[in-house]
Amino acid sequence: MKRLLGFVGALLLWLLLFWSLNIWVIAAGVGVAAVATALLGSIAPDGLERVLCLRRVGYFLLYLPYFLYYCVRANFDVMLRVVHPDVPIRPGIVKLPTTLKSEMAKTFLANSITLTPGTLTLDIDGQDMYVHWINIDTDDVKKRTAEICGRFEPMLRRIFE
Amino acid sequence: MLETICYWLVGIGLAFDFFGCLGLVRLPDVYNRAQAATKCVTLGTCMILFGVALGAFGGVSVAMGVKALLCAMFILLTSPVGAHAICRGAYLSGVPLWEGSAEDAFKERAERIREEEIEELGEESGVQREKAQAS
Amino acid sequence: MSPFLQIGFGVLTVAAAMCLYRIARGPSAPDRTVAIDILGTLVVGFCCLMALWTRQDYYMNIAIAWALISFVCTLAMAKFLEGRSYDA
Repeated sequence: MKRLLGFVGALLLWLLLFWSLNIWVIAAGVGVAAVATALLGSIAPDGLERVLCLRRVGYFLLYLPYFLYYCVRANFDVMLRVVHPDVPIRPGIVKLPTTLKSEMAKTFLANSITLTPGTLTLDIDGQDMYVHWINIDTDDVKKRTAEICGRFEPMLRRIFE
Repeated sequence: MLETICYWLVGIGLAFDFFGCLGLVRLPDVYNRAQAATKCVTLGTCMILFGVALGAFGGVSVAMGVKALLCAMFILLTSPVGAHAICRGAYLSGVPLWEGSAEDAFKERAERIREEEIEELGEESGVQREKAQAS
Repeated sequence: MSPFLQIGFGVLTVAAAMCLYRIARGPSAPDRTVAIDILGTLVVGFCCLMALWTRQDYYMNIAIAWALISFVCTLAMAKFLEGRSYDA
């Protein structure tokens, strides 16, 4: 099942890149996708077939604009800090607990955190995340968690768990 | 109309790219630089790519638009992973945080990782020694 | 070439020059790696502007290949950095 999905995904990517339905293009695509899946199928993440559920795809499409809004806001924030003559930053590495369970969800959470307000994920160790924060504004762990992970966790839980 | 939106997107993206690189020059240590540069340049380039995609759908060719969107997807997926890998590597290779940093929670974990690595290396060389003796 | 594209190429060139400044100055190996990574992303931007200028779609192929290869290069550099300590 995992390998079949990988095969279909690779073929789809190939066809999108070529953007033609010539018979030879399709034949070559099938060959390349088969080789790629045979070689790399074993490292594909488990539970990939859950992606097919329509509800999850819907939530994912909802998640994209939500994420993009925070991404743009973060960029303006960092931009102002860079242009400001004094460079007002208070950086540091903080440790945060996360409640997400599946690996896929944690990966997406880490990537989302890296692309949003002044934070960059350094490492994930079980349920702990180590995050470099460009402007630490509170010492309370709960407030920090709510500020950094709280925005994305509910959506990601609906998508991946 | 579509052309106008396309040029606006490309312009905003260029501005983000520029300020990201300015951050690369102005900020004090690797971690801050990686933050500013990765975020701004990723979003800036993605905006340029969206702009090109819109322009292509409006007139040039659909294939170019699809390729631009695929490229934007690749960059959005890969650049945070790259930044994370560099920063983790930087910390483990011993680059210190800036003096003005408020907190450093990663220290203990980094030491643990280093110790584990040393142990693994020790075991490997031990196994090799045993093999050499056996042969 | 329209004035918009001329200004665009100018802005990207200045940005790339700032990356090169960071690569030249250091002060540590990870700094240079970050700057190289960013330079790779800027090249994708250059490819986009070239595509807008010439209206040829093969520039997007270059952009995709460049983005993927620069990612692999970054990961390799990061793995290399992880194991050892550098100061200069």
